[in-house]
Amino acid sequence: MVPFAGYDMPVQYAGVLAEARAVRTAAGIFDVSHMGRFAVDGPDARALLDWVHTADVGEAMPMGRARYGLLCNESGGIIDDAIVYRLGEERFMIVANAANAPKVFAWLERWRGERFPDATLTDRTAGIAMVALQGPTATSIAAQVAGFDPEAVRPFNVVETDVMGAPALIARTGYTGEDGVEIMPASETASALWRALMDAGAAPCGLGARDALRLEAALLLHGSDMDENVNPIEAGLGRFVRLEHDFCGADAVRAAAENGTPRVLAGFRTAERGPAPRAHHRILVDGSDAGEVTSGSYSPYLDTNIGLGYLPKEASEPGTPITVDVRGRLIPAQITPLPFYKRSR
Amino acid sequence: MSVPEDRRYSKEHEWALAEPDGLVLVGITDFAQHELGDVVYVELPKPGDRVTRDAQMGEVESVKAVSELFSPVSGEVSAVNEEVKNAPELLNESPHEKGWLIRVKPDDPAELDTLLDAAAYTALIE
Repeated sequence: MVPFAGYDMPVQYAGVLAEARAVRTAAGIFDVSHMGRFAVDGPDARALLDWVHTADVGEAMPMGRARYGLLCNESGGIIDDAIVYRLGEERFMIVANAANAPKVFAWLERWRGERFPDATLTDRTAGIAMVALQGPTATSIAAQVAGFDPEAVRPFNVVETDVMGAPALIARTGYTGEDGVEIMPASETASALWRALMDAGAAPCGLGARDALRLEAALLLHGSDMDENVNPIEAGLGRFVRLEHDFCGADAVRAAAENGTPRVLAGFRTAERGPAPRAHHRILVDGSDAGEVTSGSYSPYLDTNIGLGYLPKEASEPGTPITVDVRGRLIPAQITPLPFYKRSR
Repeated sequence: MSVPEDRRYSKEHEWALAEPDGLVLVGITDFAQHELGDVVYVELPKPGDRVTRDAQMGEVESVKAVSELFSPVSGEVSAVNEEVKNAPELLNESPHEKGWLIRVKPDDPAELDTLLDAAAYTALIE
């Protein structure tokens, strides 16, 4: 167990590699109850979320839809990344990173007070648990254990239902690059759900596997791969920004999209297995300092080391040779297209 | 946790096994591999290098962390397990056998007697 954003979290159960393999080949479960869950309701709920979120949470967001996007400050810097779930005409849920949850709640509260008074904010983090069930067999396990209908609830949709006799949300979202669901049951039923999912064949997975899997899928980690000093364009997240709508930080993000940014987030892989690049290791291009690693790890899927880092645009083209300084050893690597792993459909 | 009685142990969780020809085989313990988690990289000295008791002789990287390897004996490296370089998972699968790290020609074969025996090492990790 390790401390993580104020929670005691398991790094691993059976072992990081075995857990990652389970998620790529069958199914794994992650206790992600530490993430912040906020209900946003009322006549101004949609306008409030549309203002703080880069994706389209406006008129065009249908009931039962989930949208991934960023929360930006006035200069376009990324406060957090979050999924907004639309549960009803005036009922929404937003799920934020644990480390940023208090900041995100305060940010929502600020805009509610200033511009959207007819919205109510409720912190549901303690009352609702969250279990991510991920992998090629995840939706069939969800069907068996929680009555989930994979035909009715497509990726990036959410349904309100009953799980183990209590109300719950099941969203077809995740953070591993696999198909799967995130189940948000009442906290009291979470242990029973966890046990039932294990009994149905899902392997318990910890933070170690979660980090390796999300990096393979090139899903960014806020605080490592992005923060308030970078905008969504630099972070390669332009596809999660609807530039046409009015949102906090829009002017800065539009300017970045129009003019480009001098640095962008790029992915690389090492030529051979060897010591793994880790966050803050220096990246050299043509022998000179060009940036630093933001995330790096051994990739069980590729059986080599992979990483992300911000580099000058001209050095970020796939195929560019780079060198990573891993504790004094210069490790050859190459820029590769992202993601590192994409599941076959 | 397996602690074979045929060898000696350091407090840094390496084992040293005296071989019939007077050489000493060195590896990490079952406890160490368990604590490290999945090993993904091992850096070892080369044949001919000197290793010194309790001094760093290499490193082992798991998916969780990088840890230093300390030699349990002083002497000259006579062989290195090339297999673990290509298949670091051998350290997890077989820490006492296939996952051995280096073979050392010890300066003083009696040095092994000053290491922990299986019972003392078991007490240390309990």
